[in-house]
Amino acid sequence: MIEVKNVFKDFSGNKVLDNICAEFEPGKTNLTIGQSGSGKTVLLKCIAGLHQVSSGDILYDGRSFVRMNEKQRKEIRKEMGMVFQGGALFDSNTVEENVMFPLEMFTDMTYEERRERANFCLKRVNIVNANNKYPSEISGGMQKRVAIARAIALNPKYLYCDEPNSGLDPVTSILIDNLIKEITQEYNITTIVNTHDMNSVMEIGDKIIFIYKGQKRWQGTSAEIFDTGVKELDDFVFASARMKQLRDLNRR
Amino acid sequence: MRSFFYHIGRYSLLMKRVFSRPERWRVFLRNTVREVENVGISSIVIVLIISLFIGAACAIQMNNVLQYSFIPKYLIGFGTREILLLEFSSTIVSLILAGKVGSNIASELGTMRVTEQVDALDMMGVNSASYLILPKITAFIFFVPVLMVFSIAIGLVGGYIASFMIKGLSTADYLQGITMLFRPFFVAYSVIKSVVFAFIIASVSAYHGYYTSGGALEVGKSSTRAVVNSSIIVLLFNLILTKLLL
Repeated sequence: MIEVKNVFKDFSGNKVLDNICAEFEPGKTNLTIGQSGSGKTVLLKCIAGLHQVSSGDILYDGRSFVRMNEKQRKEIRKEMGMVFQGGALFDSNTVEENVMFPLEMFTDMTYEERRERANFCLKRVNIVNANNKYPSEISGGMQKRVAIARAIALNPKYLYCDEPNSGLDPVTSILIDNLIKEITQEYNITTIVNTHDMNSVMEIGDKIIFIYKGQKRWQGTSAEIFDTGVKELDDFVFASARMKQLRDLNRR
Repeated sequence: MRSFFYHIGRYSLLMKRVFSRPERWRVFLRNTVREVENVGISSIVIVLIISLFIGAACAIQMNNVLQYSFIPKYLIGFGTREILLLEFSSTIVSLILAGKVGSNIASELGTMRVTEQVDALDMMGVNSASYLILPKITAFIFFVPVLMVFSIAIGLVGGYIASFMIKGLSTADYLQGITMLFRPFFVAYSVIKSVVFAFIIASVSAYHGYYTSGGALEVGKSSTRAVVNSSIIVLLFNLILTKLLL
């Protein structure tokens, strides 16, 4: 379990996160939603340790990540996997080498064992016959799936996905979402997904946190999201006039 | 001034991270060999072409300056050798490499930064500074002296070829000139300079690339800053090392 306690974050006095408190449970897809610039990515990067929090604490199964020394952080990082918004695959490595990379850096597996594990992970995300291709030679959806394969290569306890379906068509987005949900349940991972895609919210959102201008405004499930009474969330969910009309019709 | 100290401090902290023990020696060695290809071997042709023409031009210019009949012609070869050895093959070749390799390093790291590949390494618990930068610095430091020796040799060949075009200069005079009064320390001096310059070019360019923020436009700006700053620092250290060593 990951607990975020009273986290504040500012960049040169510009407040980005304002007293965020949240709990992310294992085996569930925890979604952080909000408009672009609301602070979702900064929160995720604070949780992952890519940004230092200005104040507050982040607990990994009760262990304070903020107070850990570099060695302890390094150890816990081996339990994390992250899928970045653009995939962040290494351009100079093939698909297979990308997935083998964490295994080569942090395990004593032989080349054959690493290759076997990489192929297993690639098969798990439905990537076949692309092992020797470079990231620039595969589609955006495939890049995201390879990024997921790389993220799960070391059997992580925590999986972070920063807008995993941005730039993808709705069908591919759903495939990626379902893949994340399946992997989360299969390996009992604590997964946090940043998104502003309502399809994702409805498809995989076990627990949802809504962030508005750096503050947590709402927390609940996908079943509760349409009737929260939070104006900013309503404006986010029913962003278009047509959606608002449909909502009003439904209420009548 | 504050900005100057800010960059000095940040550069020093980055170097501290760069010169930490590699996570896996096998991976470090493989990456270093790859970088020898990227930053070293790919620069051989340009260095050789430039050295050949500069060597020839030096010999012709020497002849122009030393055209008086009482000055022995073998001094043309001697002067060409000293120019190549003391200044051209270490300093000028380093400035050329600052343009070619420096921009390459800065743009590669800058692109990795803006596409979150550096974050991906940090996220995994890999020391991204050491993993990405140390092989580049190591490869460049080992390979630039090799390039410098090639440059001197080909520059002298250029002068030799030019000697056929110089009226009144025999190839025997030229060969006598390039072998006379040879001081082996000048080679050591040149190697020391090229090693220091290689470190400056690779580390300063890596610094600018590693701390790129923004998008494609900033990658271009970082690349330009890397070339300009590393060139200026190379020239400054050229003066300092010349004063200290000669």
